[in-house]
Formats: sequence, structure tokens, C-alpha cells
Amino acid sequence: MLDAGAEGYTTEDGRKIGGVLMEMKNITLRFGGVEAIKDISFDIREGEIRAIIGPNGAGKSSMLNVISGFYVPQQGEVWFRGEKRPQMKPYQVAAQGIARTFQNIALFEGMSVLDNIMTGRLTHMDAGIAAQALWWGKAQREEVANRAKVERVIDFLEIQHIRKTPVARLPYGLKKRVELARALAAEPMLLLLDEPMAGMNVEEKEDMSRFILDVNDEFGTTIALIEHDMGVVMDLSDRVVVMDYGKKIGDGTPDEVRSNQDVIDAYLGVAHD
Amino acid sequence: MTDQAAASGALISIPVLLARNALKYGANTAYREKEFGIWQSWNWIETAEEIRALALGYLSLGIEKGDYVAVIGRNRPALYWSMVAAQKVGAIPVPLYQDAVAEEMAYVLENCAARFVVAADQEQVDKVLEVQERVKVIDHVIYLDPRGLRKYDHSRLHSLRDIQAEGRAAHERYEAELQRREAAITYDDTCVMLYTSGTTGRPKGVVLSNRNIIETSKNSAEFDHLRPGDEVLAYLPMAWVGDFIFSIGQAYWVGFCVNCPESADTMMTDLREIGPTYYFAPPRVFESQLTNVMIRMEDAGRFKRWLFRVFMDHARKVGPALLDGKPVGAWDRFKYALGNLFVYGPLKNTLGFSLVRVGYTAGEAIGPEIFDFYRSLGINLKQLYGQTEASVFITQQPDGEVRSDTVGVPSPGVELKIGDNGEVYYRSPGTFVEYFKNPESTRDTKDPEGWVATGDAGFIEPETGHLRIIDRAKDVGKMADGRLFAPKYVENKLKFYPNILEAVVFGNGRDYCTAFINIDLTAVGNWAERNNIAYASYQELAGHPRVMAMIQDHIEEANQSIAEDEMLSGCQVHRFLVLHKELDADDGEMTRTRKVRRRFVEEKFDDLLNALYIGKTEIYTETEVTYEDGRKGKIKATLEIRDAAVVADTGRMAAE
Repeated sequence: MLDAGAEGYTTEDGRKIGGVLMEMKNITLRFGGVEAIKDISFDIREGEIRAIIGPNGAGKSSMLNVISGFYVPQQGEVWFRGEKRPQMKPYQVAAQGIARTFQNIALFEGMSVLDNIMTGRLTHMDAGIAAQALWWGKAQREEVANRAKVERVIDFLEIQHIRKTPVARLPYGLKKRVELARALAAEPMLLLLDEPMAGMNVEEKEDMSRFILDVNDEFGTTIALIEHDMGVVMDLSDRVVVMDYGKKIGDGTPDEVRSNQDVIDAYLGVAHD
Repeated sequence: MTDQAAASGALISIPVLLARNALKYGANTAYREKEFGIWQSWNWIETAEEIRALALGYLSLGIEKGDYVAVIGRNRPALYWSMVAAQKVGAIPVPLYQDAVAEEMAYVLENCAARFVVAADQEQVDKVLEVQERVKVIDHVIYLDPRGLRKYDHSRLHSLRDIQAEGRAAHERYEAELQRREAAITYDDTCVMLYTSGTTGRPKGVVLSNRNIIETSKNSAEFDHLRPGDEVLAYLPMAWVGDFIFSIGQAYWVGFCVNCPESADTMMTDLREIGPTYYFAPPRVFESQLTNVMIRMEDAGRFKRWLFRVFMDHARKVGPALLDGKPVGAWDRFKYALGNLFVYGPLKNTLGFSLVRVGYTAGEAIGPEIFDFYRSLGINLKQLYGQTEASVFITQQPDGEVRSDTVGVPSPGVELKIGDNGEVYYRSPGTFVEYFKNPESTRDTKDPEGWVATGDAGFIEPETGHLRIIDRAKDVGKMADGRLFAPKYVENKLKFYPNILEAVVFGNGRDYCTAFINIDLTAVGNWAERNNIAYASYQELAGHPRVMAMIQDHIEEANQSIAEDEMLSGCQVHRFLVLHKELDADDGEMTRTRKVRRRFVEEKFDDLLNALYIGKTEIYTETEVTYEDGRKGKIKATLEIRDAAVVADTGRMAAE
């Protein structure tokens, strides 16, 4: 097991990973009689790329929804930046500095790419409704400042050419990128990506991997992602949590996880009792 | 300093012109670049400061006089500055094509022994580092966009901004040296070295002196009355001589503003926002813009279509005459003004051509319909003929004497003569100094008196003095029965059809001519959509019987037009096939400037060519293709071969 002491660790490629940013303690989540998550604990450290993987129905998305505050677990605690997080609404979680993308894209289809990304800045705007409506004073200053931030993200993700295009007209791969842009515009401390590569071709996957690494590198953003594509996960992430039928069956570096017998069984399909 | 230098007011180098512009036009905008959604601008004083800081930075890295500085990336102000800064310290800039693969880059970098490389971003840096392992000459790599490069070993890799900052910090130490270097530049020092992409063999480094660039810029700027306050959009490859002349030579000579687009994909939007007054594009850009307009008009409502048709017919009738200042009746003028209000004005605005005063196209022949379309809108589009070895300009069309079938009169200072074999020769102040490290090729191209062979066959029209180009001299041949074979002439006729993207015609030493065709996926795809033809790939669409029939119609029409020219009537296309893949530079079938490598295509598709001449109606073939990421694959296809009707003429035995 990787030595993840309180002061962090250094990755193979020489990046310094900091202390614990988020910690999940004995999380259990039930839907009626179904236990989607069974007593799972793990942590996410500052500056790392952390993956959650597992076969279909393993509870990965449920886990991400617990982190982002969509679901409230029946048991267990979520600690963020050294404090226990009380029960929160998703927008409160967002205000704490956690942003996410969705498995089945959740953009405003009729709005332009630019406007969609601007919504990512909502948590950074606090001008009153009157000022907003009249676009005057503080509202105007805020919009200019926020637009500047958004333009940096547009430049970063190389989507200048579709800035004014309505989202509905974009191909799937670009929509995914716009969603990432909106999440990035929030300048999150922790970025949650729900299957960022789903439905993409090889070239799009390569681009997206590049962007994820660059985000982590340029902005030092901590990233937690769920992904199906094992190849991509193993290349991208620093540490991997493996789930199967709601249980954690592995946790460690990609190499450790790859050689874990339980993980191999889960992926090759050993009968469960 | 030489006499000639004195004659032109001692403006003997680009750095000197920069200093003059900073003094004379200081507050005028010199560069604009769209970044973060906003046009950022630099005036001449700021530009001079940026370039000076970079030049000082180069000195702190130990650049020597005569070093070569390779520059790789899309058109960005900082990359232009890196070239002028190199000139300031006595080094020679060598811009390279940014889409070149590492292999091609390695050859050039090794050939000129570039000690310094300025690369735009991570993609280019990666290529250079790959090359660096083999080519030991590269000492320092400087990059512009730091993204993704943080973790790289920075012992010999530097950010351009850091180099500028170091230059500024060390200015007291290097100021004297910089002034000494600048003062030492002579009129005959090398200004820039440009590698020609070459339709055959390895690229050659064309050495152009300050004299070449400055004399040419001066002459051509006067010819078209360019002035400070003009705007150009710099979007064509920096490694291409035209961009160097327009965006550096003429821009510094005249003191006009160079605008750089945000990215290659936003070019059309940026063009519209800037509204250049001086614009250059190869024919294919005009072609694709026209195709887009036509496709969108087909989708418009009936009233708009009617309006467009009526006024475009009128524009075709009187537009060119108005542009040339010929007499036009009052009613026609009124109708044209009305058309301008409803159709031409808005259309020009959409295309970004509202303010164009001088527009040029060159590189390939442009279809007469396309050419006339733009001119009838009131856009002063002209043709020029040139090449790298001439610092672009050989001939160009004066205002009022513009036609689609000539390339104009000799540019100021250019002498022209036609050789015995019909080849065009020229001599001019812009004539290149030599091919780098290649005296043999230099001797073959340029004779002791300074006449340069263009490699093109053509003639001068006796009545107008305009030059007409027929074909590449080495492609012009004889058919089996001794008649003239000029493939390019035929290919151009075919390419003027929007549905045909490329055509390669064969027939040298043969009984009759045949052709390979590439369809234009945009135009034919749109046609297929409107006609409910389903297709899954380029290959499938290309082989569709109705597409074949359409191409056959085009070829037969072209044959009729070719038959009208007695000299070339033997070049009618008798048999053709539509290729199963698009000709591509990555597969070596075209140059990076999208010119077909005829010999290469002939050898590669040897089996297909053979089938065209042995009378087969079908041929199965397998072709290796290279994908963008360098992987290779194979495509298989069975191609149909068709006969096209030809116009019989007296000099020919019946082929059918």
C-alpha cells in the first residue's frame, strides 16, 4: 500500500501530493432495501487525480453523488478540508469549491457555449437582482471580471470557435468539453468527473485525457473521476478506489490495483454468493 | 553602406524599418491578436520594445551573428517578433511549416543547423525535442504558450516571456552589443531563409537578402498604393514566402497593421471582425467560401433566392465594368446601387470583404466563375504570379486590367523572357541569392546573368503584354501522336467545377488522356443530402453511380471547352475514375501547400493507371493510408472506370 502519510506523498512523475482534502468515513447509502454503498472509507488528497472504478452497478455514481451532496448517506461522515460536512444542498456544496460534470451531459441546450460556461461562475456573483437586471454598477463589473475568467477557460480547452454556437448544435465530444469548461469556470478546489470519456472515440479520449492532466497541472485542481475505460484510468490517475457491488475491494496506485486478486476477480466475473 | 542602400534612404533592414515606424507611426497599431475573446493590440512603440527585449534576451543566451533561428507555429505577433529580434542580433530567421511532422522538421533543422528554435506550444516543442535527440545542433528551445510544459526539463528550454524579462533585466550589459550588431547589418545580408516545399525531392533553403525583401516590398507596395492604416489578416503559413512579404516586408515598409486570428478554426469570424483592406488568399479559400454561400442560398426562402438571383445576374453584367471604371448606364448604376443595399453589401459583410481595397489570389489558377463572382460584388480581386525564389512578385494585375486567364504584367523592376522551350524566365531585384548549401541547384535555376527559370511554361499576350501560364514546364509533354500535352490546363478546367476537388490527368507519351478525380465532400455531400442519397463515407459517396454520372457530365463539358483550343484539343479526357481516398499531404501525395505530386501519384496508383489504359471497366485496389496520429491502415475498394465522350478533331484517330 502506498504510504499516504498525513503530509502527503510524491508521485512517480515527481508531483507533490498534499494532505487530505476530502475524507469519506464509513459511508453507507441505501435506497429502500438496496444497499448501493456498504461501509466505504477512502480519502482524496490535495492535487491528486483519484479514480473510482468498478463494473456496472458497483455504486460508483452513487459515491460521486454522495461527494457532491446530491445523496445523503444513511451512515458515515464526509470530511472536507478538515471539517465534518453537515448535510448540505448541492448549491452549498458548489459554494464550498466542488464542481462536477455529468455522465449524460446536463447543459442548457438552447444557450450558447459562452452562456453555459458563464453559469459556472454563478457562485462568484453576488450583485443584487436590480443591479443585474439593469446591468449596472457591481453587476457590470462582476460580469466583466467573470467573462475574463471564462475566456481563459475557453482558451485553455480550445473551444474559441464555438463560443457563440448553441450547445444543441454541437457534437457529443464537444458537449463533453463544454461541460468540463463550465465546471472549470467555477474554479473548483475539487473537480468531480462522471465518466468523462464515455461514448468518445480514441482521438477524443486522447484529447480529454490531455485536458484532465493539464487542468491538474496548470491549476493544481484535485480531480476525482469515475471511468469505465481501464486503460485511460490507469494512465491518468495517481490512486484508484475499486468498487464492486457497493463494497470497496481495492485502493492504491494503478499498479497495486492491477495486481489485486479481488479486482481481477471482479473484472473477470467470479460468482458471488 | 552601399550606394543602393543610400538610394533608398538607408532603410536597409527590417530592424531599421521598425525603428523608423516607431518614430514615425509610434501610436499606430502595428499588431493585433485576438486572445481571450478580445482583440489585443500593440502599437509600433510597444512592438519595438517587445522586439528589443527579445533581442537582448537572445544575446543573454549567447546567440552569435549568422546563427539560424527556426520559428514554428501559427501566425502570432510574438512569433513575428521572434523573427525580427533574430535579425536585430544578426541571426537569420527560418520559419517552418507548423504541420510538418518531426521527420520533415529534422531535415530542415539539420540542414540549416538551427541553434535556436522558437516553438509556439507544447505540440511543436514535443516535435523539436524528438528531433533534438537526433539533430545535435539545437542549443535552445524557446516556447510561447507554457501550457503543459511545466514538468519539462528547463535546462535548455525557455519561456519566451522569461527570455524577454531576462533581456530587459540585462539591458545595460547587452545594449552596446545589440547596437553594434544592428549597425553591422548590410543590405546584402540574409534577411530570411525559407524552405520551399518542393513538388519533387527534398526541400531547399531559399536565401533572401535584405535587398530582395525590401526592394520587392517597396515596389509592390507602391504598385498597389498600400498605406499606413491598411489592415491585413495574417493566417497563411509563416513558412510561406507570401506571408513573410505581406506580414513583415510590406507591413514594415508601409507601416500597416498585421492582425492574427485567435485560432485556425475562428479564421472566418476573425476575418469578418477585422475587415481587412488588403487581403490575400489562395483560390481554394475563395472557392470554399463561394461554395458555402451557394449551399446556404439553396436553403434560403423563395423570395430571398429570387432576390439573390436577380441581383447577382445584374452584378455579373455590370459589376466588373464598374470596378474597372468603364462607362455604365445610369439605370444599371442605380440597379447596382440597389443590389448593393440588399445583396452585395450584406454578403460582403458576411464574408468579411466590406473594406477590401486590394485582394490577391495566387498559387493556382482560379476558376473564371469564382473570380468573376467576387469581382462582380465590387471586390477588387486580382491575380499575381510569383514564387519563393522571386520574393513572391513576378507578375501582377494592375487595377483596371484584371482578367481571370492571365496573371498580369511584370511587377515593377521585373524583367521577363520566354525561353525556346516556352519556359518563363525572370530577373528582378527580388531574385534570391542562392539555395542554401546547394550550389548545384542554384546553378541549375539561376544563370550567371541572374535569369531564373520558373519551371512554368507560358507566353506573353502580344496585344496586352499580360503573361499567361499554361502549365509546369516539366509536366508539359507530347502525346504518342506528337500533340501537346498540358495536364494542369485540363486539371484546372475540371477543378473549376465545385464538385471536383482535385484532378490528376495523365497522357504523356500515351494515345489518349485519362484522369483521376477527387470529389469535394462538402459540395457533393450537400448535393447528396438534397437528393436523398445516403452514404457512410467518402469512399462510398465517391463510388455512387449518380456521382459517377455527375462527374462524367462535368468531364464531357470540360472536353468540349478543351476542344475549342486547337493546340490543346488532344488533352480531352477519354477515361476516368474517382479515387477511393482524398489525396493527402500526410500520405505524400501532395505538398504541404496542397499541390499534387504528380510523379508520386503516378507511381503509387500504378495499378489504377494501368487499368485506365488496358480498357478495364472495374479495378480492385488496396491502398495504405496514414492517419493524423501517424498510424497506418489500409483501405480496399473496387473502382469503376468510365469512358467520357470526346469531341472529335481532325488530328486524332478515333479512339473508340
